[in-house]
Order: sequence, then structure tokens, then C-alpha cells
Amino acid sequence: MSVTQFKVEGFNTFYGRSQALRDFGFELKGGEVLCLLGRNGAGKTTALQSVMGTVKPASGQLMLNGENLFGLPAKEIPRRGIGYVPQGRRLFAELTVAENLEIGLQTRKAGREVLDYALDLFPVLKERMDQRSGTLSGGEQSMLSMARAMCVDPLVMMLDEPTEGLMPSAIASIREALVKLRASGVAILLVEQRVDAVLPIADRVAFMDHGRIKAEFGIDEVRNDLSLLHQYVGVSDKAKA
Amino acid sequence: MDIAPYLLLATLEGLVQASVLTLTALGLSVVFGTMRVVNVAHGEFFMLGAVGAWVCAMLMPGPPWLGFVTALIVAPAIVGLLAAAADWAILKRIDYDPEATIISTIGLMYIIQQVVLMTFGPNAQAVDAPFYYTIRFPWFGYSSYKLFIVVAAIVLVFALWRLMKGSRVGLLMRATQYDKDTAQNFGIPVDRVYSGVFAVGAMMAAIAGVLVVPNQQAHYLMGHDPLLLSFVVVIVGGLGSIPGTIAAAVLIGLSDGLLSVFFTPTLAKIASTLLVALVLVFKPEGLFGKATR
Ligand SMILES: Nc1ncnc2c1ncn2[C@@H]1O[C@H](COP(=O)(O)OP(=O)(O)O)[C@@H](O)[C@H]1O
Ligand SMILES: [Mg+2]
Repeated sequence: MSVTQFKVEGFNTFYGRSQALRDFGFELKGGEVLCLLGRNGAGKTTALQSVMGTVKPASGQLMLNGENLFGLPAKEIPRRGIGYVPQGRRLFAELTVAENLEIGLQTRKAGREVLDYALDLFPVLKERMDQRSGTLSGGEQSMLSMARAMCVDPLVMMLDEPTEGLMPSAIASIREALVKLRASGVAILLVEQRVDAVLPIADRVAFMDHGRIKAEFGIDEVRNDLSLLHQYVGVSDKAKA
Repeated sequence: MDIAPYLLLATLEGLVQASVLTLTALGLSVVFGTMRVVNVAHGEFFMLGAVGAWVCAMLMPGPPWLGFVTALIVAPAIVGLLAAAADWAILKRIDYDPEATIISTIGLMYIIQQVVLMTFGPNAQAVDAPFYYTIRFPWFGYSSYKLFIVVAAIVLVFALWRLMKGSRVGLLMRATQYDKDTAQNFGIPVDRVYSGVFAVGAMMAAIAGVLVVPNQQAHYLMGHDPLLLSFVVVIVGGLGSIPGTIAAAVLIGLSDGLLSVFFTPTLAKIASTLLVALVLVFKPEGLFGKATR
């Protein structure tokens, strides 16, 4: 199977008259984790929603394996193989865990083996299948949101602050799942606010500000020169830890 | 004087009312629950069901049950198609904006009324019941057809419940209802879900109209009362809540039956209107609704 090629180019997105994305773009290959960092309000969520088509960019290109998905109806984007873990999880709170996963599975009519694979990454969900997802703990909700996106059997997976507000143990299992997902050849775009959350798993890091990508580095560059982080996100040296 | 027979009669009448009301109000409630819009033309879908039953009875020779069964299939089918067309032609274009939907469905209401008036005239039309068997109680006889309405309503409510909770389509409907954007993020065709839900809601009203017409004559203005009562039920039951809608319809149907038999129908209407006012003031999410969203 060939390596997934994913490319976002020249996205300009507006909310009324205010411009939230300015010539936004990135490139991503299967088996790679690109981390998108940026302050609150930088436009990270808007960028992901623009890819998903629930927010409509005024212009741009969206290439997945040579096909331009730009301008397709929102429901077609996930069907082409883009899995999405929205900010704040956005589970169907009244539906059970099993039903939430079923929603993921029906997107691309993925088989049961995809479900089993997702559940093996998050075994705690197996014991909660008939529970209403709104009653899960924060960590379990995050895992379910990620498992639901994995049930799409995605080529590309986009995650919007999946570790926001989680305990370290839950963060660890999400990270572990991401590492396995990468190993299986999925292209991963990981949005975070905190650098220390992504340094261990990122291959590349892109910094975003005012709706634009300001700079992009390989992870080694960032590790070798942490002043880059100061420069672009103004984080403390805690990021070394 | 023994009160028991009157109580029984009032309860039966109330149950029949409650059944028709449950079907009609559920249609309104399902549409509101999923699409967050109020369909003011809902009573007209009910009326079209009733008029459809009359037309079928007229056109079908042979025993009354033949026309009735035909109407039970054909009327909801046509009304469902009409509703889907209205969704496509109107609601989708105004992007299901709540206020614009109210205004445009008011327009739809008048259009449907006038078309029926021009086509079938202003007279009320009676339709024979499909069967006449009378159930004999010790004190009075009661129409078996009316009890059939109750059974039919129970069956249909059960079918709707199975559709929502037990089928793939129902799962997509519920997901759309909870979060439309996230539903799209998982490939759910929200536009098709909407037109399907709008059609199903209209068909529930149309079936209620077919069922009611042997008891009540078909007439181009007959949609007003079911619309108002459905609003009452949906508000009391909690907007969009199916169990709440059923409970409120039974409550209001029964109290309507009891008050009408022992006092006057006017008092019954006053009571249910008062109930709405009290609910809106003290428990605006509805007696059975959840205080979310
Ligand atoms: N639905 C919306 N309507 C109007 N403005 C919005 C909307 N969503 C986000 N914005 C604005 O767009 C900018 C980017 O927001 P967002 O994409 O949420 O940033 P981030 O995810 O990086 O915190 C912010 O200025 C925000 O206020
Ligand atoms: Mg955000």
C-alpha cells in the first residue's frame, strides 16, 4: 500500500468579516505526526473545522492522495478517510459507548476488526459499552472520542487538544495509542497548546499565530534549540522535562 | 346514580383522544427534537390525512374497510412525499432558521388549506368506519373502531420507538439530533436525515388524520385543533422528548375526556390551556423534559 499524502494549501477562512485563517497550509505523510501549536485563538480549531468542511474556507486546496477534496460537502470528508477528534470530545452524550463507536464504524463501513483494534488500545471502554457516554470520566471520554475516530479506519487523523484537562495516566494512554496509530501508517495532525504534551511523539512541529503558520521545524531542531519554543509560543523551560 | 359507567365512558373517550393526540404530537415533537424547528403546517398534514381518507372512501368501491386500508397506506405516503418536497423546496433553503421556518410554514399552512378548499370545497365530509362491531359493556355499547384507534396508536408508537432505538437509521437520527456538526464529521448525511424526519413527522399526523375521520368529519380547516393541542402536549411534555410527549398526550387526552363528559368541553380546553401556562411559568423545560440545552 502506498504512503498517504495529505496536503492543505492556501486556506482562507472568515467568520463574518474577521479572518480566522490566512493562507494556512501544511503537508503530512502517512506514518508521521505533525504537531500544530499555538495560543488560544490562534485558529487551530478553525483550521481543523475548515478541513472537515463544517466551516467553509473561502479558498484553498485539500489534497488527499491526489484527489482534491476542497469544497466537497462536509459529510464526504470523513468518508474519504479523515478521522477527527474535536476539541472538547463532542461525544454523542446521550448515546452509549457502543453507539458512539457504531457511528464511527458506519462512516466508511469499516469492519469489526477496526473496532476490535480500537478497543484493544483502550480496553477500559470494553467494560463500558452499554453505558451512556456522557457519564464517562474525562479520560474515558477522550479515549472514546479517539476510538470513535479510529473506527472510521482513517488514513489521516486530526486531534484537537485531546489531552486537555486530563490526568497524566489518561494522557499516557492517548499518547501510546497515537504511537501505535502512527506505526500503522496513519498520518496524524495533533493540535495542542502545551509543547511538553507533544514533544515526546512529534516528528515535526508547526507554530501557528493569527491564523497563519509562522514556522515549522523538525523535532530534532526543536529539541536541540528550545529557544525556538520561547520564540514562537513563549513557553517556559518546563518543556525540557 | 352510579358514577362508574360514566367514569368508564369518559376514560375510553379520553384514551381515544389521547391516542390520536399522541400520534399527532409525536410527529411535531420528533421534528422539533431533531431539526429544532416548529412546523406550523403540522395540522395541515393531519387534515390531508383525513381528506385523503375521504377521497379514498369515495373512489374505492366495495366495503368501507377497503377504502380505509388504502387510505392508511396511500395518504401517509403522499403526505410524506409532500413534506419531503417542502423540506427540499423551503426549509433547506432557509437553512432551518427557527424564525424563518415558522413564517414559511405558516405560508405552507395557508397554501395547503386553500388548495384543499379549491379542490374539494368547503363542506365537511363524513366517512364510514371500516367496521361497526359494538362492544357491549353492562351499561352501554362502545364502538370497537374507537378501541381500534387506541390499539393502532400503541402499535405505531412502538414502531417509532423501535425505529429510533433499535435501527441504524434511528441511530443516525439521534446522533444528528444531539450534534449536527459532529454527525457530519462522521459522514452522516444530515440533509437526508432532516428530510426523512420531516416526512416521518408529517406521516404520523396524516395517519392520525386517517384514523380520526370516521369519528370526525373531514374539512379543510380541521387542522387547527390538532395543531394547538399538539403544541400543548409538546410544551407540557418537554420539547423533543418522546416519552414526555406520550405521557403528556395521555394526561391531556384523559383529562379532556373526563372534563368533557362530567362538565363541558370548554372547561376541558380551559384546563389544558391553563396547564400550559403553569408549565411555561414554573417548569419551562416541560413536566418530563430535561433542563438541558
Ligand atoms: N464560530 C465562530 N464565530 C466567530 N468567530 C469565531 C468562531 N470560532 C472561532 N472564532 C474566532 O476565530 C479565531 C480562532 O479561533 P479558534 O480556531 O477557536 O482558535 P484556537 O483553536 O487556536 O484556540 C478566534 O479569534 C475566535 O474568536
Ligand atoms: Mg481550539
